[in-house]
Amino acid sequence: MITLGHTIALGAILFCISVAGIFINRKNVITLLMAIELMLLSVNFNFVAFSSFLGDPAGQIFVFFILTVAAAEAAIGLAILVVLFRNRATINIEQLGDLKG
Amino acid sequence: MTLPLILFYAFGAILIGSALAVVTARNSVHAALWLVLTFFTSACIWLLLHAEFLAIVLVLVYVGAVMVLFLFVVMMLDVKVAPLREGFVRHLPVGLLVAGVMLAEMLGLIGFGKLNEGGALVDAAAAQGLSNTEWLGRTLFSDYILPFEIAAVILTVAIIAAVALTLRHRPNVRSQDPSAQAAVRSQDRIRIVEIASANKETP
Repeated sequence: MITLGHTIALGAILFCISVAGIFINRKNVITLLMAIELMLLSVNFNFVAFSSFLGDPAGQIFVFFILTVAAAEAAIGLAILVVLFRNRATINIEQLGDLKG
Repeated sequence: MTLPLILFYAFGAILIGSALAVVTARNSVHAALWLVLTFFTSACIWLLLHAEFLAIVLVLVYVGAVMVLFLFVVMMLDVKVAPLREGFVRHLPVGLLVAGVMLAEMLGLIGFGKLNEGGALVDAAAAQGLSNTEWLGRTLFSDYILPFEIAAVILTVAIIAAVALTLRHRPNVRSQDPSAQAAVRSQDRIRIVEIASANKETP
């Protein structure tokens, strides 16, 4: 029998993999965006798990909205990436320190 | 061990393996393809959790639209991979340390020994005699109608932003300007020039 603990443990493992991915792919913006998508997926896992095990539709509806916002974020993020590459011919974060933040 | 639990473990193993492949892949195209497998496997797990609508939406929206966009951008940009991989080994220990500590904390919060405890799945939709999609739809279009409309506005803003960001005006390209074409008047088309004849008197 699948329990709530199994599902949120899987979500936690997925989240930690994506955190490690953000650390080890510090130079590549595309892989960073993919790691962020993985993080959103792990959060969605928790929402779906709680919604299914508590019998409450609110969690699954929240996942629906997260998917919407994540799609918008991916579209704008990739558009920014294309503009960045067109202007600088690189996506290496080390060379993108113009704002000196 | 019941069949759903065996399937859950199998899909979970595939999910973790493909997620690891996403963050360690050498080539961005391969990483995107592994991410497709990750999303597809999560959709399978959501099916096991009786979230059928979201499982199909995940496949349609993520695998069908977002990942195709990712692949499109990755293939369009001619990225040299080698300089982007420089810090990989250097950042690996700290990344593993942070991820390991976070995982230990989260699993500690869930409870190491309590993974197999807890109640069974509640299929609230079937209890009301509805399908999962109808159950979600009734809630979405009654209690959550304003957030639904805001989500539509967000998508519109994202479309306009993506188009406005990537649009560029290249000066040397000859292209039609429809507003200038529509606003043209007859005086702009033809110009009558008076030329003084040089030898008017010749017969």
